[in-house]
Amino acid sequence: MVELRDITMDELKHLVSERAIEGETMLLNMGPQHPSTHGVLRLLLELDGETVVNCIPDIGFLHTGVEKSMESKNYQQAEVMTDRLDYLNTVGNTLVYCLAVEKLVDLGVPPRAQVIRVILTELQRIASHLVWLGSQSLDLAAMSVFLYAFREREYILDILEMVSGQRMMTTYIRPGGLWRDVPIDFEDAVRQFVGLLPPRIDQYEALLTKNPLYLDRTRGIGVLSAEDAVRWGITGPNLRGSGVAYDVRKTNPYSGYEQYDFDIPVQKEGDVYARYQVRIEEMRQSLRIISQALDILPNGPVRSNNRKFVPPPRSEIGVSMEALIHHFKLWTEGFSAPAGGVFVSVESPRGELGVYLEGDGSPKPYRVHWRTPSFTNLQALPLLSKGHLVADLVAIIGSLDIVLGDVDR
Amino acid sequence: MEDKLSTALEALRGRFEVQVNTFRGETIVNVKSEDIVGVCRALREEFGFCMLTDETAIDYWPQQTPRFHIVYHLISMMKERLRLLVPLDGNSPSLSTVEGVFPNANWLEREIWDLFGITFEQHSDLRRIIMPRDWEGHPLRKDYPLGYEEVQFTFNSQEIDTRKPYAKE
Amino acid sequence: MGVEQRLGNLGVVTTTLEQAINWGRTRAMWPMLFGLACCAIEMMAAQASHYDMSRFGMELMRASPRQSDLMIVAGRVTRKMAPVLRRLYDQMPDPKWAIAMGDCASCGGIFNNYAIVQGVDEVIPIDVYVAGCPPRPEGLIHGILTLYEKVKCERLDKWA
Repeated sequence: MVELRDITMDELKHLVSERAIEGETMLLNMGPQHPSTHGVLRLLLELDGETVVNCIPDIGFLHTGVEKSMESKNYQQAEVMTDRLDYLNTVGNTLVYCLAVEKLVDLGVPPRAQVIRVILTELQRIASHLVWLGSQSLDLAAMSVFLYAFREREYILDILEMVSGQRMMTTYIRPGGLWRDVPIDFEDAVRQFVGLLPPRIDQYEALLTKNPLYLDRTRGIGVLSAEDAVRWGITGPNLRGSGVAYDVRKTNPYSGYEQYDFDIPVQKEGDVYARYQVRIEEMRQSLRIISQALDILPNGPVRSNNRKFVPPPRSEIGVSMEALIHHFKLWTEGFSAPAGGVFVSVESPRGELGVYLEGDGSPKPYRVHWRTPSFTNLQALPLLSKGHLVADLVAIIGSLDIVLGDVDR
Repeated sequence: MEDKLSTALEALRGRFEVQVNTFRGETIVNVKSEDIVGVCRALREEFGFCMLTDETAIDYWPQQTPRFHIVYHLISMMKERLRLLVPLDGNSPSLSTVEGVFPNANWLEREIWDLFGITFEQHSDLRRIIMPRDWEGHPLRKDYPLGYEEVQFTFNSQEIDTRKPYAKE
Repeated sequence: MGVEQRLGNLGVVTTTLEQAINWGRTRAMWPMLFGLACCAIEMMAAQASHYDMSRFGMELMRASPRQSDLMIVAGRVTRKMAPVLRRLYDQMPDPKWAIAMGDCASCGGIFNNYAIVQGVDEVIPIDVYVAGCPPRPEGLIHGILTLYEKVKCERLDKWA
């Protein structure tokens, strides 16, 4: 039996209006098990009729303790945890972690690995946007888009599986390069996908962009002004939907993004529809980046030659004693990083994904902190939902594209 | 690029007691805890560091002075990034909130309170955010155990099975 | 099923009734739309066009526990979520089954720390464990078919 606790309003007094205390407005619990909260998000809504007066998010239902767990593992072991944070952007998570480790220990990455990293993260971005498109339109009662979007996502997962053996949790990017080189048919598979997707995106647009039902439910809903977006630290498509062209790939390029030619899609309106348009356009831009990257994909090694941080290839172990020692040391003890902290951020499908990594000279990270975009973006939900109907709240939550694993860490 | 950052740093040096370091190309500014709101306000209003990307804490237990560092990351939406470090002494320290300057510090500071037990004065809503409301302790402190449970293998699976609290229908 | 209790052993009549009922139960098992973490995405993929779980009579995912008879615990269960999970399970009408999808739900997986319940079987009784991090949609479908085998062997008097 659940023990019932004496409930006092004091705890909530500063959050809800006076009218709720008097019983004029209604307090309604939404979640953590609700089909449209995209995971285990709980909202406490104060409703006036059907209008949202106030919305108090309650998070933490998926708090995994990743940061604490990573402190107890060495740098290579801790990487496994990164995938499971934002499970729609697994490649991007490992990328930012590896970039941070590389920056902390001052480790270079060969050019071929850089380009493959870009291809994979952009593929993952498309996959993430497809999941977003599917689930968002499912929330707004467009079932067929969900089925189409997941059909295309399977192609991307097939490519990820081809290179890493896993559909989602790839852990393919490693500090100093990649786990191993991509298979021979990787290039063909990606090229085929790049050719296949544009007409499919047009199909989604045909279903949604001018659909009056979709327009009615998205236009003018959840408007976020550019000023508010910056003040609340919102990044990613949500910020660009409000007219601010901020993209980490452009301002602080990493992994050689400066050599690709792509645009940052921006919409002025700042409503749910603008965010939809930005994401659709971002998929096209990602395809542009992927095809440019395929054109310049160089030959060469995919792992750094620095044996102090990157284990030697299998073939060397049998013939070189030194390689054997390095292999043994790296897989038992790991490598140690100098004392000091670095902050690296990349552009994830949801916004600026950063990791703060602090070493203390031992093989284990002293402190890992994840700056996750969903956490900051979700914070603006009360701001966006005020004055809208509960049905619109569903569209607003969907349009913020939160991943609860990313929010709670 | 360096101009904007260096003028900001120059001005900070003049007005507050700060220490500037660099590590791997990142600028780190050590700020005293009583100055933090003023530094943030100056950086935001005068030097264009308009977004607080991140705020977190680091625990240096068992060291006591300073036991904690609060880390702020500010960006200017262009290229410049700045890290502020605020050292804090003692086991239950407190400092004033920057919520008035950057509203998104609200949740970030609630998270620090929840996971590290650092109090933010004048914070509008300092409740636990991530852990359940009745949770005891602050999990990310270094003196808080990881909570590791023994893993079942063939040799010890039966022994663990007997004391594992399996749920009933 | 009070028939058995009222009439005693009916021999051939109840065995066929048993089979008919169990067959019926496996052919229209409605899972609860209850995603926790990464595995929920694979559960969605299993439901979507490529894998199409409705081939096995799982046409609908019900968001309400009161309309569902199968709970797929897809993802890691935190200490904060565990009471909610138990409450949802208690709200489901009998007969009900539960699948622990993925390593985290089955045994805690790679997250052995303060926040995660080490195996959801500490919270609710589990019928089938599906391994994988996350399991492929085929893995989930295999788990469901394994559950069907289990349901087919169920004795009527157990439910009486």
